[in-house]
Amino acid sequence: MNETTVKLIALGLYLVLGPVLGCLLGGIDRKISARMQSRIGPPILQPWYDFRKLLLKENLVVRRSQNFYVFFYLLFMVFTGGLFFMGGDLLLVVFSLTLASIFMVLGAYKASSPYSFLGAERELLQIMAYEPMLLLVIVGLYMITGSFSVTDILAFDCTADTAKIHAPVILQGAGLFLGLIYILTIKLRKSPFDLSSSHHAHQELVRGLTTEFSGRAMAAIELAHWYETVLVLGLVYLFLGSCWWLAVPVVLLVFFLELVADNTCSRVKWQMAVKSSWIMAVIFGVGNVLVLQYWKPILQMFGK
Amino acid sequence: MNVSLLHEVGFLILFPILVAILLLFTGKSDRVRAAIVGVASVAIIAVSVALLFGDSPKAISTEEIGPHRAELASQTMFWIEMALGVVVLFISIRAKKFLVTALMTAQAGLMIWFEHANAGKLEAKNAFFVDNFSVIMALIIGIIGCLICVYAVGYMKDFHHHFRQEVKDRRPFFFFILFAFLGAMFGIVFANNLLWMYFFWEVTTLASFVLIGYKGDKESVNNAYRALLYNLLGGLAFALAIVVLFNKTHSVEMSELLKAGLLAPVVLISFAGMTKSAQLPFSKWLLGAMVAPTPVSALLHSSTMVKAGVFVIVRMAPALCGTKAGTLVALVGGVTFLVTSFIAVSQSNAKKVLAYSTIANLGLIVMCGGIGTPEAVWAAVMLIIFHAVAKGLLFLCVGVVEHKIHSRDIEDMSGLIISMPKLSVMMQIGMAGMFLAPFGMLISKWAAMKALIDSNALLVVFVVFGSAVTLLFWVKWMGKLLQITKPDAANLEGGISAGEWTALGSLAVLTIGACLFFPLLSSQLVDPYVQSVCKGVTMDLGAGNIIIMLIMLGLVALFPLSFLHYGRRVRVVDSYLGGANAGCSTRFTGSAGATHDMALKNYYLESWFGESRLLMPGALACALLISLMLALTIIAR
Repeated sequence: MNETTVKLIALGLYLVLGPVLGCLLGGIDRKISARMQSRIGPPILQPWYDFRKLLLKENLVVRRSQNFYVFFYLLFMVFTGGLFFMGGDLLLVVFSLTLASIFMVLGAYKASSPYSFLGAERELLQIMAYEPMLLLVIVGLYMITGSFSVTDILAFDCTADTAKIHAPVILQGAGLFLGLIYILTIKLRKSPFDLSSSHHAHQELVRGLTTEFSGRAMAAIELAHWYETVLVLGLVYLFLGSCWWLAVPVVLLVFFLELVADNTCSRVKWQMAVKSSWIMAVIFGVGNVLVLQYWKPILQMFGK
Repeated sequence: MNVSLLHEVGFLILFPILVAILLLFTGKSDRVRAAIVGVASVAIIAVSVALLFGDSPKAISTEEIGPHRAELASQTMFWIEMALGVVVLFISIRAKKFLVTALMTAQAGLMIWFEHANAGKLEAKNAFFVDNFSVIMALIIGIIGCLICVYAVGYMKDFHHHFRQEVKDRRPFFFFILFAFLGAMFGIVFANNLLWMYFFWEVTTLASFVLIGYKGDKESVNNAYRALLYNLLGGLAFALAIVVLFNKTHSVEMSELLKAGLLAPVVLISFAGMTKSAQLPFSKWLLGAMVAPTPVSALLHSSTMVKAGVFVIVRMAPALCGTKAGTLVALVGGVTFLVTSFIAVSQSNAKKVLAYSTIANLGLIVMCGGIGTPEAVWAAVMLIIFHAVAKGLLFLCVGVVEHKIHSRDIEDMSGLIISMPKLSVMMQIGMAGMFLAPFGMLISKWAAMKALIDSNALLVVFVVFGSAVTLLFWVKWMGKLLQITKPDAANLEGGISAGEWTALGSLAVLTIGACLFFPLLSSQLVDPYVQSVCKGVTMDLGAGNIIIMLIMLGLVALFPLSFLHYGRRVRVVDSYLGGANAGCSTRFTGSAGATHDMALKNYYLESWFGESRLLMPGALACALLISLMLALTIIAR
């Protein structure tokens, strides 16, 4: 099989299995969360039932063009994931992800209700909070592996060339990994950083960003979130890409930790969200980049 | 017809000046002025585009111009410079701006002494030099500059109608300066003889000074003097650079300077570039310059004149590459990018946001110039192109909006999509062009990041944090334009002149077109330039990635199509406002039965990103870095 075929198969699998996986993870999330709160919880397939029902609902809007933005949010989210799973350039993946998020934010602005407006403003703050760390992860991965491409990064640890032996990505980029996990909470819309939109009914602003969306538009947002969940977990996977039997449990563990955080932390103010994410980015992101820049020889020795 | 490069260059420098003089005598007639500006613009744009088909890089020797004519040109420039100097001395003393007087005296004294002491020896073998970088700059000056001038005709008419009591109508003078400035800008980008470049450099400084003070009120005049002061400081550094260079190499040519790679003049010219492109700690003058009529802000203070500053720094890039001074230049740019991006978040004055964002992007270019690797130079040139187009567009949009809604506050631009639909779409294009994938500035930022990682990964930290914040201030502005708080607002787009629409429309098309044709731009213009000045491989974003970018552009371009579906299969309902809705989605009955209009106010995060909090530390840090840079250079001698 040549490279292009592999890429196309990966794309196809992502397009079909991505949302299935995202949906299942969503169901598991709700089940585990319920158990943590001493409830029985809905069936694992509840997100799917919700999704189907949303499709049947009437399309209510405040502003006639607001749903167009949601459609492009979904489109670019799928595009971003496709880019990632086809082994594309990570910087491009982040830029495309940002574009997708911006469409969602603009849709919320367009809806022009106080709640969606507040959600949009907070979503922007959240993007501002996580983006430095996300970019630093990519910078770091590039410094470790010498490439921005997902394919190359995955192949890095498996290099057969013994002359170029090196510490595995996860060791060289341990700080980046921790930083990534921290901002993952924002991306997965989990407490304490579920400021713009949340699934906890007790918050002061529950569905800020998505307040004014219903029916098919809401279903599209859910679908995009499933794709997004798989994509960001894919980023975590990247750190251990060479051995899937280690990577998969680690990814699931990380996901579980996010659920623990979600159920044990109360929402913080945006100040705290931005400040703490940036501090993490400076300590773990910049710190790790510094190490890679100046102490790479030591790291390489460590690898031997 | 065989038109030589010399003719084209000569035309681009002299023709605008002739037009300028002609415009001085147009009097009050708008029609005549519009006609002259229109015809002249077409001619200038045509000749700048024709440069694309000439052979470059190519030097134009003094021989070719004719030694006598070159000598005459030098003499004329010298005397004009002295005459302008005397005028500045006179008015600065009268205005009690003695620092300006002192700087002007120092500069003029230095030049008189230098030209006197070395009379007859100050000949340049090649008076002009045309390569792809100067062609790119010429295209920016020619196309964007002329479009702004065309726009200015209609704009200034409204402007004087608006300020008929406060501001004296001096439009002939205004357009005289505008076109003389264009000529001087062409001079800067083509000159190889540094004495000539210096002359043109000073002319742009004075043009900026005059135009900032155009309104004539106290604030404008003060800001004009501040701009003059900072730019004269840069001019002095430029003059010193020439003197130092001549003492070492007995040459006054840019090409010799780059060949010799002497650090002292390179650093001095970079310093001059920093003042011109308003890097911290000099950024204050550019903010003050926003009092000028909007075409001035667009032309001088975002698209062209401030670009002259980064132009010389990027020219110096090969000499700066790998030196400590270069790293310090890059750091100044980095700190400027970070700090001014932060401050832009806290501003609600649209022109100030644009100004801070301009300084920030210039900082990014300075950063690339200081790094000086081939990749960085590529990114810098791309940034110059894309920024000029998108920012020019944004300034012009804000200018029109300001005339229509009588405010330049972003908070007042709520619902512009209803009251000024076409204009707000253009603004959205301009803003998307400034920060969003797959548009130009993002491509360049991407390249800049790659270049920085490869040379010094720590510099990326500035870009990473700065970009995150950039996104915040643009998107919240975009959102402001889209949201609707007054659904029945009247359309305000009547009365915008054809010239203004032409300029706005062309720039909007250029913003998108530049992205569409960026691979061509890169392979035909930028790559050859980078390869000719730097050793090593130029930027390679990867063919696959460029195709992906173009696919993204195609997808984004589909967005307007969704409006074919406008209002179909949806039911419009009112949103919840926290009280009983009073008939629509934007009014509600609150406590005590009073009816309120809904209002939505953006975050400005004043306590974090306020000017008063960040500007001083940023300026101090940069001042320190610059002092270090100068000190290192002196020690190195």
